[in-house]
Amino acid sequence: MDGERHLDGNSLGGRLWDLFGREMTDEAGCCGACGAVALLGQLVVYRDAPGEVARCSSCGAVSIVVVPTPDGLRVTFESIRWVDVGVGG
Amino acid sequence: MAGAAIHGRLTWLVAEVVGLVEETPRARSLILNCPGWAGHRPGQHIDVRLTAADGYQAQRSYSIATPADGERVTITVERVENGEVSSYLIDEARVGDRFELRGPIGGYFVWEPGRGQPLFLVAGGSGIVPLMAMIRARLLTGSEEVRCVVSARSLEDVIYREELQRAAARRDGIAVTTTLTRSHPEGWPGPSRRVDREMLGELGWPPSERPLTFVCGPTGFVESVASALVGLGHEPERIRTERFGPTGG
Repeated sequence: MDGERHLDGNSLGGRLWDLFGREMTDEAGCCGACGAVALLGQLVVYRDAPGEVARCSSCGAVSIVVVPTPDGLRVTFESIRWVDVGVGG
Repeated sequence: MAGAAIHGRLTWLVAEVVGLVEETPRARSLILNCPGWAGHRPGQHIDVRLTAADGYQAQRSYSIATPADGERVTITVERVENGEVSSYLIDEARVGDRFELRGPIGGYFVWEPGRGQPLFLVAGGSGIVPLMAMIRARLLTGSEEVRCVVSARSLEDVIYREELQRAAARRDGIAVTTTLTRSHPEGWPGPSRRVDREMLGELGWPPSERPLTFVCGPTGFVESVASALVGLGHEPERIRTERFGPTGG
């Protein structure tokens, strides 16, 4: 705490589950800005905005934005090239 | 256990507060009974959702502090300024209150007894919460050698202080060292500085033992500990980090 407002991508695990229907924090993703590959749980999440902003931990580019709306969520994939979705279980 | 919940919808369940523990002046544990809970692994977290009378909802994530125990789930919450969910959980929630939660969530910052390798746990402040779930699981069913370093500002800020002392006093393979960074009692026998490379080298495992390491705390803490461990020769892929994990807001 102490003024450190950012959290781990793990805290976005529930939202990612809403989107993908499964655990995603241990899946890899590639930053669309710098090309770094990291687990989604390692994204850096900011909550000061009206919603949640996940940034690349390497270059700081905005990866995913999740904003609650009256009808649900609006999800913006700002700068994420790909994500892995393991299908084996 | 958690396998049944890997795919499909993560459903909101209604949990009831069945116990409260004031851990420190700034942190409180809530023992919850949650019908329908499917179990979890140490290190995982839950989402908590509060709904106001006008329909406004606020949602936050909290680490689970205990290993799987039927429909019981315990979280420990630290006060954060303007935390709209944590202020309710710390100041207002009473035994008998109900609110929604869902989980378990998290597949990376997770440990279960039975892996065999030594464990190194490094906690900054309330970063101890998910690591405590691992220590408690190890006490119940594990045999792994565990070394744990806890960094706190003062003795009264050490969450689970007495339980950590008891775990270490059993002398059955769990060692706990507390370092106090801002103030310490006179004659304090332990370290009284921030966790640094020298401390990690002294209190942790040599890289040749190939420990599995979990680091949780504020971002700056986690980054400096992780890079010091890599500098000491530990394999980066055996160091799992959680930046202030889901304990905020």
